[in-house]
Amino acid sequence: MLNDVLSSTRPAIVMTGLFFALTGLAYPAAVTGIAQALFPHQANGSLVHQGHAVIGSELIAQGFGGDGYFHPRPSAAGKGYDPTASSGSNLAPTAKALVDRVAADVKANPGAPVDMLTTSASGLDPDISPQAAHWQVDRVAAARHLPAAQVSAMVDRATQLPLAGFLGEPHVNVLSLNLALDRATGKGANSAR
Amino acid sequence: MTAGMTLSGWALILVFTAITLALAKPIGLWLFALYEGRRTPLHRVLGPVERAFYRLSGIDPTREQTWRQYAVAMLLFQVATALATYAILRLQAVLPLNPRGLPGLSGDLAMNTAVSFVTNTNWQAYAGESTLSNLSQMLALVPHNFLSAATGIAVAFALFRGFARRQTQFVGNFWADLTRVTLYLLLPIAAVYALVLVAGGVPQTFASTIDATTLEGAHQTLVVGPVASQEAIKMLGTNGGGFFNVNSAHPFENPTAIVNLLEMLSIFAIGVGLTWCFGKAVGDTRQGWAILSAMMVLFLAGVAVTYWQEAAGNPLLHHAGLPGANMEGKETRFGTAASALFAVVTTAASCGAVNAMHDSFMPLGGMIPMFNIELGEIVVGGVGSGIYGFLLFALLAVFIAGLMVGRTPEYVGKKIEGREVKLAVLAIVVLPLCILGGTALAAVLPAGLAGPLNKGPHGFSEILYAFTSATGNNGSAFGGISANTPFYNGLLAIAMWVGRFFMMVPVLAIAGSLAQKKYTPETAGSFPTTGALWIGLLVGIILIVGGLTFLPALALGPIAEQVAMLAGTTF
Repeated sequence: MLNDVLSSTRPAIVMTGLFFALTGLAYPAAVTGIAQALFPHQANGSLVHQGHAVIGSELIAQGFGGDGYFHPRPSAAGKGYDPTASSGSNLAPTAKALVDRVAADVKANPGAPVDMLTTSASGLDPDISPQAAHWQVDRVAAARHLPAAQVSAMVDRATQLPLAGFLGEPHVNVLSLNLALDRATGKGANSAR
Repeated sequence: MTAGMTLSGWALILVFTAITLALAKPIGLWLFALYEGRRTPLHRVLGPVERAFYRLSGIDPTREQTWRQYAVAMLLFQVATALATYAILRLQAVLPLNPRGLPGLSGDLAMNTAVSFVTNTNWQAYAGESTLSNLSQMLALVPHNFLSAATGIAVAFALFRGFARRQTQFVGNFWADLTRVTLYLLLPIAAVYALVLVAGGVPQTFASTIDATTLEGAHQTLVVGPVASQEAIKMLGTNGGGFFNVNSAHPFENPTAIVNLLEMLSIFAIGVGLTWCFGKAVGDTRQGWAILSAMMVLFLAGVAVTYWQEAAGNPLLHHAGLPGANMEGKETRFGTAASALFAVVTTAASCGAVNAMHDSFMPLGGMIPMFNIELGEIVVGGVGSGIYGFLLFALLAVFIAGLMVGRTPEYVGKKIEGREVKLAVLAIVVLPLCILGGTALAAVLPAGLAGPLNKGPHGFSEILYAFTSATGNNGSAFGGISANTPFYNGLLAIAMWVGRFFMMVPVLAIAGSLAQKKYTPETAGSFPTTGALWIGLLVGIILIVGGLTFLPALALGPIAEQVAMLAGTTF
């Protein structure tokens, strides 16, 4: 037994060093190099630019609060929509905190679909359901002085349907929709509030 | 978004199952080549690397090891890699690629994390984006995603050899198995797969944070890094340790429904391949298909329950005026079908990655993931550990069948005698011992009771899930529990270590014992280990041995919560 231990000691140490270098340094470095060359947009976080400024990522929710913008789902990430602290609420289905929160939110937001009153898994969910978007159309249209039918048509255009009819759920990317709104009305955040 | 299961949801589940079954043979063939040590087309490129690894570490890959030598080599390697990771995590503050100046991890957290990754658990007592530098993610964690997976497959290979070989004491060479599986299976697939993930939207950069000013003028700090290279092997190796706190629910880890399908498939890919490889190794591929069939029966039953529960939604919220499915803790792009399917896949295998918060699942919806792990993660299971865990149950099943008809049991040409059955029971008993023992301790000690976020039976479920996940080397969690305390870090690390190696060593001992036996040809009196009767017996034994053991604990957690919920109680 002792002989077995002694004869395996050198391989254990050397193999650790070799495999850590191969899989912990060479592998991620090679993948990074190729990824940056082939898919720079995705590899760097699918960033959205306005001029030179980064205004966010297509894939990460931002905490829109103004009436003239579509709002994302509630977030439990940090103080809300904080990418340095991704998190769900982790509340149990029987948690009083959850049931009380939802009951209060239902009163304040009559008719809101279920995804608008439940926190997402990541706290950074960039999408809402088409129903949740349509539920917000009247508010956004009024704040933007646009016909509701026009905003509603924008929601339809922004709706992504499941691939092949079953892969994924119908959803609307909130940031893309809000950018389309800004383009349509030719104004930015401050004037849209 | 309305309540209830949909056709498209079931279409996803059935398409996923069909592709999984179609993967079994091609991946099994590749695994079989590595099992036999045959040359593959990749040897032309990676052969020199393999030979260099052997030369530098002074190994003769053709020198066969007894089960004891195999086990000693395996264990020493685990200790060496664990120490390397512990050192990197402790020294994080002074190592490069740490632009945010993150401090080193505390001793108990670094120890827990090292054990967690060595054991293929990837329990995360830390939040990746706020705790670990890019170097720590890459160099301290990613190697284990490869090596713990390769170790699991190596031990499975040794057990296959035990069944396949006759009258020898040798079960293979650990170093050769480890190196071949890593170089010719895991590394090439992970590299290609990582690039596919990047194309799908997963970041891959050495940058750490990006400052953004949102449309409404707020400041947002985006966290990026070498995510895709970690994500690929985390799924393929059934590791499950995410780059980010919320794991594959994070849009950067799992941006679209297509990526989500790929991630689920890659959790099962090698596990199903190993069932085919086992059949081939023992000279009868029907044996592998029989095992896979039993696995799929248990898998689809679990999916059905969880999907049904999540799609039906929460009656307490319905009563509060919010109809619809249970979307608390789920992402819009996945909905209930892809979330329920992912949860069952990740716990059927020993992956533990999550794309939804299991803590917020319905009581019975969340019970299935827990139950899957408690069965021993043998429904496809972790890479390597799934098939050897399943074979332990197969040994029990032929033993019980043998008792019923009064014959010495045989399985795939080997007589199963007292020694093998004792070792199998020893390995299986580890699960209830650590899960129920650890939960019992935590449920009475103040340090344990300080953990749960939720109150009532769900709080107990959080503790039970933690010890279930750690012992089963799964790594998923009812994430509300505050487990980064010396108490939980210590106790869960013990559970992870025992759950992994007190299973692996008996498995290797069984391999050694079987290898010495003669071949016993099948006769008219042998119990057939293919066909519906055998599959039914396997499923029955797994549910009775695995299930009944945990029923009392589950009654105190999810079942009590279900009853309370139906009575309108909140906590």
